[in-house]
Amino acid sequence: MSIPKRSFDALVIGAGGGGLRASLQLSQADASVAVVSKVFPTRSHTVAAQGGMNAALANVLPDNWHWHMFDTVKGSDYLGDQDAIEYMCRAAAKLVYELEHFGVPFSRLDNGKIYQRPFGGQSQNFGGDQAARTCAAADRTGHAILHSLYQQNIRAKTHFFDEYFAIDLLQDDDGTILGALVLEIETGEPLIIEAKTTLLATGGAGQIFRTNTNAKINTGDGMAMALRAGLPLQDMEFFQFHPTGIAGRGMLITEGARGEGGYLLNKDGERFMERYAPHAKDLASRDVVSRAIATEVREGRGCGPNGDHVLLKLDHLGEEVINKRLPSIRTMAKTFMNVDMVYEPVPVFPTAHYTMGGIPTNRYGQVVTPMGNTSEVEVDGLYAVGECACVSVHGANRLGGNSLLDIVVFGRAAGNHMIEYLKENRYHRPMNMDSVDKAMARLQRWDKSGDGETIPELKRDMQKVMEEYCGVFRNDEILRTGVEKMRDIQRRLENAVLADHSKVFNTARIEAMELENLIDIAVATVYSALSRKESRGAHSRMDYTERDDVHWLKHSLYFKDDNRLEYKPVRMKPMTVEAFPPKARVY
Amino acid sequence: MRISVYRYNPETDAEPYMETFDIEVSSETMVRDALLEIKERDPTFTFRHSCGEGVCGSDAININGSNGLGCVTKIAELKEPVEIRPMPGMPIIRDLVVDMTQFFQQYRAVKPYIIRKDPVPEVELKQTPEERDKLDGLYECILCGCCSGSCPSYWWNPDKFRGPAALLQSWRFLADNRDQGTEERLDELDGPYKLFRCHTIMNCMDVCPKGLNPTKAIGHIKQLMLKNMV
Repeated sequence: MSIPKRSFDALVIGAGGGGLRASLQLSQADASVAVVSKVFPTRSHTVAAQGGMNAALANVLPDNWHWHMFDTVKGSDYLGDQDAIEYMCRAAAKLVYELEHFGVPFSRLDNGKIYQRPFGGQSQNFGGDQAARTCAAADRTGHAILHSLYQQNIRAKTHFFDEYFAIDLLQDDDGTILGALVLEIETGEPLIIEAKTTLLATGGAGQIFRTNTNAKINTGDGMAMALRAGLPLQDMEFFQFHPTGIAGRGMLITEGARGEGGYLLNKDGERFMERYAPHAKDLASRDVVSRAIATEVREGRGCGPNGDHVLLKLDHLGEEVINKRLPSIRTMAKTFMNVDMVYEPVPVFPTAHYTMGGIPTNRYGQVVTPMGNTSEVEVDGLYAVGECACVSVHGANRLGGNSLLDIVVFGRAAGNHMIEYLKENRYHRPMNMDSVDKAMARLQRWDKSGDGETIPELKRDMQKVMEEYCGVFRNDEILRTGVEKMRDIQRRLENAVLADHSKVFNTARIEAMELENLIDIAVATVYSALSRKESRGAHSRMDYTERDDVHWLKHSLYFKDDNRLEYKPVRMKPMTVEAFPPKARVY
Repeated sequence: MRISVYRYNPETDAEPYMETFDIEVSSETMVRDALLEIKERDPTFTFRHSCGEGVCGSDAININGSNGLGCVTKIAELKEPVEIRPMPGMPIIRDLVVDMTQFFQQYRAVKPYIIRKDPVPEVELKQTPEERDKLDGLYECILCGCCSGSCPSYWWNPDKFRGPAALLQSWRFLADNRDQGTEERLDELDGPYKLFRCHTIMNCMDVCPKGLNPTKAIGHIKQLMLKNMV
């Protein structure tokens, strides 16, 4: 069968903030760029980011990028790569101004400057008083940024393939990436998109967990494509649980709620964060606050008839502040909990939120993989940015407000580097039909009919296993059981069949391929977690309660074949300033 | 609860039909939850959805005759039997999935981006809180299409009338003190159809899941156009 082919200079897979910032850079440089997205671009999950984007503008309190860098390194529990972190924090202010010029409707201060709010893990003067570094558009900052970036791409005439699902990367025998095989969801027809350079910007994989803040589409498609292309995933054991998901439901209540002055209470009405983080209290790092909430509940101080959550108190802020700064989450709590936060506290519990790990890259967004004795060799033609990537600016724990920054900074950096790459690589390389056949086999596998496991059931089981055996608290026994159970789910997936084999807008088939992706990522996560025998950032082991810099100040690299793990050093050397050496992490 | 859903698969069905399901619901069940339950019973049932909390705009559908988002509509509060259909006025691809190509073309046509003639400073453009307040009720649009899909003027002229969603965005930039494209925006909307097909039927504001008011925005554009003519 002959598959139609389209050719572009650059292919961007994913139309969230990272993909759209990169495609804008490419389009403005007159590169022909195709953006492939399985949903219409403004449906991408960047849209759900609430609280804001960090940049040391010093509009509210004194600030500078170097303090931001320190906070980010400390927040990462020293697993972040300090060159990438310096690059990001230095670029932050410029890129916020650029977004503002793109039309992002940031909230404003009386002097007309961009409004900034305090967020967790922020300090002035390297660990001193609380900073106010998070630039916000009320509690809809992600929506505002995503829409503005999409609008800029309309202006720049970027070519969009809306509702096309990426099946797999195409590569030649040397491993050079040649583009991707995609599926037009509306017609069910495959299409080869050939490109001189390809960017993965497919977002995170929060759907591996049962209760999560993520959208249905957050299935880690790019990460799984990288794994299938023989590339590793880095630091997958570090999964962020956001302290304040709506209890039992999972919808996100922004950290901005605490930034605006909200705080957490246990069943005794105690402001318990004072015990866990005497200085930063409710604005400690997310890993610290999530563990504190989980500990309160485990030790019997949870609220409600089942004692299974804590309360986020906001009523003291007053209706005016809530309507001005937190209007969306007020509506959300009303809709999903029948709670009006102007009058009552909101029940919250830690909820799976953000994939710190991902496809390893350098600070230009180039995907890197170990080869021989070298730990980071660039994969020719392939880039990755945003939540699907691991550059790594978040290390073992991401700071709130740093993910919108990450996608914009590295989306732009990758776009720039791809433009350079195109100058050196003027022509498409020959298409490798073996690679196309392999990708087609992935699609055709779902033509099988008969009896077998169903996709929704397998997905539910996977999410339950990950929640029970790879959650906030881990130990060897729990994780070993998790590995066993995930391997079992992997085996069951081989027997799964679809009941719907139609072509037109077949969402059942898309969901099956998404589940394949999720299961690979869940396996990567639980294997990486089992192997890391220390507690660092979001990875908390009850059997190894301390951080162990002697043995574990290193990145994990998980490979799909044989579930192999390798390790590589953290890039401790910043670009221009002195390194921040690991210290005890106290908030 | 009895739910009747619109079914049409162009590969197998000569005609669309309604199919009825009985679903157990609680006071918390959203329409989207019920649709997911139906999909589990019949995996061929097809609809768009993603964030589940009313911010991505994927799951605009017609619920008991009125457009809305499935993920933030409580099913227990609806009149039984609940009838779920695709949004009207847009071509149907399959079941509840409609073709929104035209809708997005109209959005692109209003130049939904800041137009600047002057150079930008090295820091932010200043905007007072009062100037910024003028964007509230405009920028929050999630492009779900509920408004345009409920507008009779858009149903009859989807190719010529920009529709409430696009016009709301046109006003979002006209109302932004940082934008310098007023003239070309108004020029673009000139003529009997693009803007003036709005007959203030106001379905758009009734159905908007974000509580926005496109009719009012359209009124502002008309006023500005008249002001610029005299």
